[in-house]
Amino acid sequence: MMKVWIPRDAAARALGAEEVVAALRAEARRRGADLTLVRNGSRGMLWLEPLAEVEIDGIRHAFGPMTPETVGQLFDGGALALGPTEDLPWMKAQTRLTFARVGVIDPLSFAEFRSHGGLAGLTRALAMDGAAVVAEVTASGLRGRGGAGFPTGIKWKTVHDAAGARKYIVCNADEGDSATFADRMIMEGDPFTLIEGMVIAGLAVGATTGFIYSRSEYPDANAAMAEALQIARDEGLIGPSVLGSGRAFDLDLRIGAGAYVCGEETALLNSLEGKRGVVRAKPPLPALQGFMGRPTVVNNVISLASVPAILAQGAAAYAALGIGRSKGTIPLQIAGNVRRGGLFEAAFGLSLGQIVNEIGGGTASGRPVKAVQVGGPLGAYLTPGQFDLPFGYEEYAGQDALIGHAGLTVFDDSTDMLEMARFAMEFCAIESCGKCTPCRIGAVRGVETLDRIARGDADAISLLTDLCATMKAGSLCALGGFTPYPVLSALTHFPGDFLRAREAAE
Amino acid sequence: MPDSADLEPRVREILDAHSGVEGALLPILHAVQDAFGYVPEEALPLIAADQTLSKAEAYGVLTFYHDFRTRPAGRHVLKLCRAEACKAMGADRLHTQIRTKLGIDWHGTTADGRITLEPVFCLGLCANGPSAMIDGRVVGRLDTAKFDAIVGGLE
Repeated sequence: MMKVWIPRDAAARALGAEEVVAALRAEARRRGADLTLVRNGSRGMLWLEPLAEVEIDGIRHAFGPMTPETVGQLFDGGALALGPTEDLPWMKAQTRLTFARVGVIDPLSFAEFRSHGGLAGLTRALAMDGAAVVAEVTASGLRGRGGAGFPTGIKWKTVHDAAGARKYIVCNADEGDSATFADRMIMEGDPFTLIEGMVIAGLAVGATTGFIYSRSEYPDANAAMAEALQIARDEGLIGPSVLGSGRAFDLDLRIGAGAYVCGEETALLNSLEGKRGVVRAKPPLPALQGFMGRPTVVNNVISLASVPAILAQGAAAYAALGIGRSKGTIPLQIAGNVRRGGLFEAAFGLSLGQIVNEIGGGTASGRPVKAVQVGGPLGAYLTPGQFDLPFGYEEYAGQDALIGHAGLTVFDDSTDMLEMARFAMEFCAIESCGKCTPCRIGAVRGVETLDRIARGDADAISLLTDLCATMKAGSLCALGGFTPYPVLSALTHFPGDFLRAREAAE
Repeated sequence: MPDSADLEPRVREILDAHSGVEGALLPILHAVQDAFGYVPEEALPLIAADQTLSKAEAYGVLTFYHDFRTRPAGRHVLKLCRAEACKAMGADRLHTQIRTKLGIDWHGTTADGRITLEPVFCLGLCANGPSAMIDGRVVGRLDTAKFDAIVGGLE
């Protein structure tokens, strides 16, 4: 028997995984080989997708990037053979806790999930009382992986202590930031981990209902998640009696409708309630008045999916990783113009240079790196001069930057940073929910002002910095409030790109 | 346009399927769009009444979200990612070429009704850009040759 793994992950599919699968089946028939094919998640080495793995003497060997024409190499070996998957430098250098099973197991096999350590965290949590689970999560130092970095345990404690017969767990899976795909990869590669994390959260705070708010741009993730929820219900992981404990927790998948701002937690709650996805003023905190005005935990996919490992291995083991107040591991998503892009889970503290040059291998184009945008469209552009900066919440904040959801977009030296600044404002104008003036009007004025600068009007630069200060201080949420980060960092680090037009005009 | 005699029973069926669901409006709008390809104007009063909303409120929700359309799209919907990671891989130039080839701008539909072109901000394929989605199927490392191969095969 020949056992082969080919990912069902959307990145693998986007690069032809289905065609490779069809060619492999045909080749196996032609050779009379007894083929067992597993559709796993992605190992995260996205430059090698579609990455096939073949079991040889009980060890999984990687082959990639595969094409339909090269499937013969899976039988005979060849130039695409990379050796044992776990021995590849990308895999060996990681600390995979949240992503431990992604790429390893069949994501929709509950048996494989269990045999690879699934449910260990929940089993432990079921033997504890809610307050003890909350204390464990607090002690781990886990902070919101969606970007805000708020301590997860503190949020849970607020909901735990809140009065109310009905409480909710809402998973923010509206992963709209460019350069981020960790949520998608969990949902496609190990959806039961997310479900397990949400069940633990529900037991901890006394919530019996949960929602996963995903995005319409993720049809593959949504299909996998929907199927996983059905299996979880059939297996008794969710439902009226979680794992036979007599305690209820049920979970529903909801899909957004293409509004970036719904990744903001209060806009998300409005959307979930069936309203326009406009931001709510805080207070009241969603922890106290969230979904339908009731106490609600809103956590990112990665925060929730990290909880089972924390419970299984103990808070101390998790808190021992990382730097300063950035504890544990972070799934880095290395993207854009990069030679080796993908998902790399490591303890906090890697320098930006290590991430971009050593792990990512520099640009895909082979040209020098000009800038790295960290934290998605609302994150600052950093320069090779900042490559010593260690990856952590406070460390980035100290540089007027943010780690956000830990996505990094690499740009080469052909990039026009004035155009990137303009795009940041344009994006904000398109996606603004319209609730607050600095964002709704400011973003439009920002585009106009950048167009003036592009025409050589250098006086408009002070207007731009003034506008950014207003947006930063006066916006209700991070969309208007953080759009100045990419704009001002582009202006600060690459003033030449903003003055070039003026020189041309003179 | 769906026949209005067909429309009401189908919409009612969708509304019934969502009775008792908390915050059902988005799931309902998705289901209506899945059924008709867009959200017909005639469906809105039915949905609004069911959700105890005014028609204006329901319309406000419908038009807030980029996904929902109030008119039919072309036979195929091509979404091109305009976000940063794809821009870093030359998406802007590619998009200009594609718009020229199709002879339409963003949100436009080709004269033969074959293709509607829409921008999208991130498909989560950011290490494999420029990326795209055609009728819900994801495509990575899009270039003009790949575009010609995909679009050439569409009816």
